[in-house]
Amino acid sequence: MSRFTRPTDSAPTALSRRGFLITTAGGGLAFSFLTACGAKDAPGDATTIDAEPYAPTLWYAIGADGVATINIIRAEMGQHVGTALARILADELEIAWDNVRIKQVDSDAKWGLMVTGGSWSVWQTFPIYSQAGAAGRTALIEAGAAALGVDAATCTARNGEVISGSQKISYADIVKKGVNKTFTPEELAALPVKPAAERRLIGKPVMARDIMEKTNGTALYGIDAKVDGMVYARPIMPPTRNGSKVNSVDDSAAKSVKGYQQNLVIDDPSGTVTGWVMVIADTYPAAIKAADLIKVDWTPGPTSKVSEKQIQDHAGSLLDDPSNGAILDTGVTDTTAAFAAATTKVEATYTTGTALHMHLEPVNALAFEKDGVMEIHTGNQWQSLVLPWLATALGMPEDKIVMRTYRLGGGFGRRLNGDYAVPAALAAKALGKPVKMVLTREDDTRMDSVRSPSVQRLRLAADADGKVTGMEQHVAAGWPTQVMAPFFMPNGVNGVAYDPFAISGADHWYTVGAHRVRAVSNDLANSTFRPGWLRSVGPGFTNWALESFMDEAAHTLGKDPVGFRLALLDGAGINAGSAPNAVGGALRQAEVVRRCAAKAGWGKALPADTGIGLATSFGQERGMPTWVACAAQVHVDRASGRVTVEKLTLVADAGTIVDPDGALAQMEGASLWGLSLALHEGTEFVNGQVRDLNLGPYTPLRLADVPDLDIGFVESTEVPVGLGEPATTVVGPAIGNAIFNAVGARLRHIPITPKAVLAAI
Amino acid sequence: MLGLTQRQVLRDADGPPDENVVEPADTVAMPGGNDGDDMTSFKLNGKPFTIDTDPDTPLLWVIRDEANLTGTKFGCGVGQCGACTVHIGGVAVRSCITPVSTVDGAEITTIEGLDPNSSHPVQVAWQDLQVPQCGYCQSGQIMQAAAALAEDPNVSDEDIDSIMTGNLCRCMTYTRIRAAMRQAADAMKGG
Repeated sequence: MSRFTRPTDSAPTALSRRGFLITTAGGGLAFSFLTACGAKDAPGDATTIDAEPYAPTLWYAIGADGVATINIIRAEMGQHVGTALARILADELEIAWDNVRIKQVDSDAKWGLMVTGGSWSVWQTFPIYSQAGAAGRTALIEAGAAALGVDAATCTARNGEVISGSQKISYADIVKKGVNKTFTPEELAALPVKPAAERRLIGKPVMARDIMEKTNGTALYGIDAKVDGMVYARPIMPPTRNGSKVNSVDDSAAKSVKGYQQNLVIDDPSGTVTGWVMVIADTYPAAIKAADLIKVDWTPGPTSKVSEKQIQDHAGSLLDDPSNGAILDTGVTDTTAAFAAATTKVEATYTTGTALHMHLEPVNALAFEKDGVMEIHTGNQWQSLVLPWLATALGMPEDKIVMRTYRLGGGFGRRLNGDYAVPAALAAKALGKPVKMVLTREDDTRMDSVRSPSVQRLRLAADADGKVTGMEQHVAAGWPTQVMAPFFMPNGVNGVAYDPFAISGADHWYTVGAHRVRAVSNDLANSTFRPGWLRSVGPGFTNWALESFMDEAAHTLGKDPVGFRLALLDGAGINAGSAPNAVGGALRQAEVVRRCAAKAGWGKALPADTGIGLATSFGQERGMPTWVACAAQVHVDRASGRVTVEKLTLVADAGTIVDPDGALAQMEGASLWGLSLALHEGTEFVNGQVRDLNLGPYTPLRLADVPDLDIGFVESTEVPVGLGEPATTVVGPAIGNAIFNAVGARLRHIPITPKAVLAAI
Repeated sequence: MLGLTQRQVLRDADGPPDENVVEPADTVAMPGGNDGDDMTSFKLNGKPFTIDTDPDTPLLWVIRDEANLTGTKFGCGVGQCGACTVHIGGVAVRSCITPVSTVDGAEITTIEGLDPNSSHPVQVAWQDLQVPQCGYCQSGQIMQAAAALAEDPNVSDEDIDSIMTGNLCRCMTYTRIRAAMRQAADAMKGG
């Protein structure tokens, strides 16, 4: 089920020290960039030390000063990922944390698949960096023992030193003497990794390395990138995301703008952008002003009149035809008999509206060609995805294009789609000089890869004893992976390919007998906008439907919603879980439900029009479950329909926690995202564009509406899984269920508006 | 020509605090020609700064692109998110909707000028509680909090919510912003 295999350590014996030095010692510009972007020890530093650094694997090198520089291929977007990943390696290496430096790398092919998303980073990296650290420790012990003239078996490594009885030697001194041991993948895999009881950094509190720079203004984001001689660019956005054609451009009014240089109709062979006109100026304010004065005549693309309702109606008609879509492998997928024999049937339809990323740093990119290499300086989450687009757009081989990844002023999945890099690069190529493209907030919103609206139909069958015997979930939405990364689409049991990220969550861990999950691509959504991966992607809507529906089913069957869930989370059959990632299976999900209910006081007496609702999730995908539950306590004002969230209680089991404070921060942010998406956000398509273009009309959660948070973790030494997204998906249904418990109103659409609450009361 | 600016080369974002060198702003920047008829002068982080540009140019872009102080961020351009917040005469102001011509003669402080050691009580609280996630809004959050607490550190929890609710944090670090402002307020009262 694991669709993304972990990148293998591509550093066999062939990757010698020399190889390491060659591949990392870039030119002066690369050095500048790396220094700018947070590398304490840029590769060039190594040349100032007599001895060569020792690089046991691709992932780090230890210098003759005893400092380990750890390569981080994941983008920093608020998760303090460098800190968490470096601590995995440093722990195993037995090096002092103060002697660890973090280096964000370029997009060289040697780094393998470069993507930061899916809450995968810690999970993907943990085994690789554990092995890498163990490799260094093993080699340093071997070399240290030789230097001390003792048997390696008498040596231990600790705090950057190899110790044998009363003798010891520092890593620095060992590296100065020269170490060149390398490891084959087989040798790496066979290395002993420390037992959990001997961990010294993992699970311990730490100040993340990016905190200081983010409190004094020195952190550098893509929007801060500069080179000498660059011009500023702002695009004029076409009337449709796809298929608009520029007929003519009239810039006569813009010529009075001081600093306006010219405009450029972008011809993009990759089709990433169509109908773009780039406005070039000396300064960005001049580009903004000039763009507002330029008149472009377009032939719009075919979706210029599409509305939200049309997209949703289309989803409904697609679902009407049972032959549409992919059927997921959920064991017994034929539910006919279960429903034919059912005593009780529950059916409901759920919908979600279009949601925007509204990452605070508008997308931007600085592009320039130097010595035949196109450099793209920007914040990006999926370098491996955008490089081929750039290659097609520019007519250049991928190895002549380099992505320099800066801090991201919010990722949330928007920057998995690096489409914004393409027009900047094309402009730089056309003009023959560096182009710094920045989108205004409104431009950015019009280009957003939104979370598609969705329509879902759920059914449940139960026998005369109230035992659940069958369940179905049919989901229609825009599919980001189909549009941008179809090579990642697996096939359903009926042979139809599907977007795993747009359906995940429906393939839940409840034991429900026959279970049919159908994923349907909404082609009208796919053509009207470029569907996005938005924090948690599919589970953001599938779990809204699923967990609201489980509550409805419990009430219909006369059962307590918590007890109903616990009974179905029995860990039987395909829900038993498996090693290494899902040990314990559904029983671990049951445990977070149990703990969360107890913590929130499930069943306690509450004031009038106040209720607690509970929802649970396994996070992002069955192959990497993060078990989470949320209890929301809300008050509903019957007069206005306004819902006030008083408290959110969450419990998560994410296996081993590497950076406790970072983990907590991810749970805090993700849960408030869930609240924001449920009650405060949402827009809709009008004439092929989203209606709400800026903050003001689009209203994410603000401080005054933030409830108390009570967040707990299950202590565990199981495989560490992800925390960036899972909490996002439980809050909405917990709120919906709480509203039902408070006033008896069942909401089946998010965002939940006061008007909808009033209507449901 | 294609080298990064000197300031970027000197930066070391992952280094310890005392190595976070912030280069001083240029004292004079004159983009778009030097016809001398649109001069604005003000003090920026204690140093004189003169700019020749259109009078309606938002202060934000002068700070970011001409003075090279990029800690102040562009978020919405319409004064709705607070990422661009700076102090003008000690008052928190949204620089993205402040025409540069209106600050002639003013004293302006950005995040880079808040404290020479990055240890203003608000910064210390933000560091202690590890408030930032992506960090993009945090310069604005810190400047908003610092201005309010300089005016009156005796803030209630309700005051904190009301003062800070105009600053959007998309990572939703809100519970830590609340707690950090409380810690900073207590520190400033004590001092």
